[in-house]
Amino acid sequence: MGKTLLQKVWDLHTVRMLPTGQTQLFIGLHLIHEVTTPQAFDALRQRGWKVARPDRTFATVDHIVPTRQRQRPFIDVMAEDMISSLERNCREFGIPLYDIGDERQGIVHVIGPELGLTQPGMTIACGDSHTSTHGAFGAVAFGIGTSQVRDVLASQCMALEPLKVRRIRVMGQLPRGVYAKDVILTIIQRLGVGGGNGYAYEYGGDTIDRMSMDERMTICNMSIEGGARVGYVNPDETTFKYMEGRAFVPQGEAFERAKEWWRSMASDADAVYDDEVVIKAEELTPVVTWGVNPGQSIGITGKVPANTSDQQVADALTYMGLRAGQPIAGMKIDVAFIGSCTNGRLSDLREAARIVRGQHVASGVKALVVPGSVGVQKAAEREGLDKTFRDAGFEWRDAGCSMCLGMNPDKLEGDQVCAASSNRNFKGRQGSPTGRTLLMSPAMVAAAAITGVVTDVRELAEQVPAGVR
Amino acid sequence: MATAKIQTIEGRALPIRGEDMDTDRIMPARFLKAITFDGLGEHVFEDDRLAAKRSGQVHPFDESKYQGAAILIANRNFGAGSSREHAPQGLHRWGIRAIVAESFAEIFFGNSLMMGLACVTASPTDVAALMSLVERQPQALLKVDLDTRTCQAPGMTVRIGIPDHVRDTLMTGAWDTTSLLLDRYAQVNAVSARLPYLSGFSSSPR
Repeated sequence: MGKTLLQKVWDLHTVRMLPTGQTQLFIGLHLIHEVTTPQAFDALRQRGWKVARPDRTFATVDHIVPTRQRQRPFIDVMAEDMISSLERNCREFGIPLYDIGDERQGIVHVIGPELGLTQPGMTIACGDSHTSTHGAFGAVAFGIGTSQVRDVLASQCMALEPLKVRRIRVMGQLPRGVYAKDVILTIIQRLGVGGGNGYAYEYGGDTIDRMSMDERMTICNMSIEGGARVGYVNPDETTFKYMEGRAFVPQGEAFERAKEWWRSMASDADAVYDDEVVIKAEELTPVVTWGVNPGQSIGITGKVPANTSDQQVADALTYMGLRAGQPIAGMKIDVAFIGSCTNGRLSDLREAARIVRGQHVASGVKALVVPGSVGVQKAAEREGLDKTFRDAGFEWRDAGCSMCLGMNPDKLEGDQVCAASSNRNFKGRQGSPTGRTLLMSPAMVAAAAITGVVTDVRELAEQVPAGVR
Repeated sequence: MATAKIQTIEGRALPIRGEDMDTDRIMPARFLKAITFDGLGEHVFEDDRLAAKRSGQVHPFDESKYQGAAILIANRNFGAGSSREHAPQGLHRWGIRAIVAESFAEIFFGNSLMMGLACVTASPTDVAALMSLVERQPQALLKVDLDTRTCQAPGMTVRIGIPDHVRDTLMTGAWDTTSLLLDRYAQVNAVSARLPYLSGFSSSPR
C-alpha cells in the first residue's frame, strides 16, 4: 500500500513516541518573526536553554513594520520595542535576521520560498497560522503558537498528534478571470471553515498541476481558513524549476540528487486517503466574501443569503451593512488592498497591474499595493509595475503584512469597506473594530479599485487572461 | 510554566454564543503588540464588548453575574483563525480554566493545552443545555471532571470529549513539553543526521 507525502515526511522526521502518546517530530526549518517569539525567548532564558539549531532558524520582520517611513526608531514605540527585542534575541542566540533594510526582508511566507529555504520533504514550523503556505513545495508546514515556538527553539522538535489526509482534486480548465484565490475560497465555502479540522489537505488534479508556484502558495496559504493546519501540493517539475538557482538550494550535481529525493517524497499513486473531494474548475467563478469568515462567500454574480433565520448569517449581514438577498456586485468600497502572504507575490501584482494599466482609481477610494517582500518589490519595479500602479492612483509601499491584520500603521478607519487580496475577513481584522473586509483575488481588487464598487473583473477588461496557463 | 496536576475544574460558567469564534475577536491584533502576555486578561473580546456597549447590550464578559467565572461554554469551531497564543493567554489570565465547546480549532486547542487551559467537547444538545442553564442560573457551580469525562451542573451531568493524551497530560501535570522534547536528545540528532536536506544532498538519497 502506498503512502502519502504527509506519511513519508512524518515517518522520516519522527524521533519517538512520547509517553503522552504524541509523536515527537523533528522540525527541519524554523521561521520566526517579531510578534510570536519574544515570550518564547524569555522562557528559554528563564530555563537556561539554548536555541538547539540556530543554523535551521531564520528570522525576519513583517507584521508590525510600517510600509513607509521605515526610519528607526519607529514612530510607534511598541513596534520599535518588538523589533528591537527580536534583534536582541537573534544576536544573543546566533540566529540570522533579515531585518528592515535587508534585501531579503519580507513576509515570512514570501521570503522562505523566495530564498529557497522552503524545500520539498521538509518539516517547517512558524509562529503564524499561514505557515501552511510552504506546503506548496511539498513540505509539511505547521502554524504554531508561542509555547510551541519555545519548544522548537529549545529542541527543534514538536509534540504532535497524527493528521488525517483529505485529497482535494481540482479538475479541468479554470474559466477566464478565475484565479487560485477563487479556487481556495470555493473550497473553504464548500467544506466549511472548520471542515479541515484534524486533516492535512493535499491539493492535486490537473488544474493544480498546471498552476505556478505562486498560485499553489495562494491555495496552500488559506488551508488554515478551512480549518486544516497543513496543506500541500506534491512536488513536481514546476516546483524544481522554481527552486533552481535560489540562494539556499543546492546546485549542480547536488541539485540533481535533491530532485531525485524530492520526487521520491511525493504521494504514491496507490496512496490511501481518509477522504477525497473533487472540485470542477469549469464551474468556478470569481468569488467575493460577504460575511465575517472566509467561508461566507459567493460568486460575483450571486446574491448574499436571504435566510436571516440563521443567527450567524443575520449577524454577519448586520456587521457588513448588507441587506439580505442583495447582489454583492455594486457594493461600494472605500479601500483597495493588494498584498499579503496570500496574494502579495510578483504574479499577483502582474495580474492586478494588467487590470489597472491605463485606468484610474475611482475618486474617494484609497488604494494600496504592498509587495510581499523586498525581492518582490525590486522585481516588480524592474518591470515598471510600480509606475503602472502609481500612474493609476495606487500607493506603492514597502514590504510587510500591512493592512492584512492591523498591527502596523496601515489600518481601516471606522466602518470602511475594503476590497482585499488578503486571507481573513474577521470582524475588526484590518485594524478598525468596525471595519469591513471583502476577500477576493488581486485582479478583482484591482477592478473594484477602478470602479469604486465590487465588480466582475471579467466585464471590466478584455485583457483578463484565460485562467491558469 | 507551571506543572500542576489538573483533574477537575470547578466554578461558575459564562456562555459565549456563536459558531467559528475567531481569535481576532477573542484577542484583537493591536493587543499582540507587546513583548509579554501581561495584561491580556482585560482585553478578551474587547471589540465585541465595545460593539455590545454601543448597541445598548452587555457582553457576557462584562456582565456582573459572570465575573469570576472559570468555565467558558462555547459553540462550534471555537478559536478559529490566527495562531496567536495571546487568545488563550487572555482567557486564562481573565480567569478561564476550562472551555466546554462543541468543537475547537486545532491550533487554539494545542495552544490552550500549553498553559493548562482544559478544552473539552460536548454534544451540541448538551452545550445548548449548559448555556441555557448558566444563563438562567449564573451562580450555578459547574464541575469539569477529566477523570470521569463528565461536566456536572445542578440537575444534569453531560459527557465530555477529550483525547487521551490531552487528558493524561493535564492529569499528570506533564504539560511542560519542552523538557520532554529535550529528553533523549541523541535520538533527535540521529533523525537530523538522516535528513538528506541537512547534509546538502551530499550522497545518494536513502
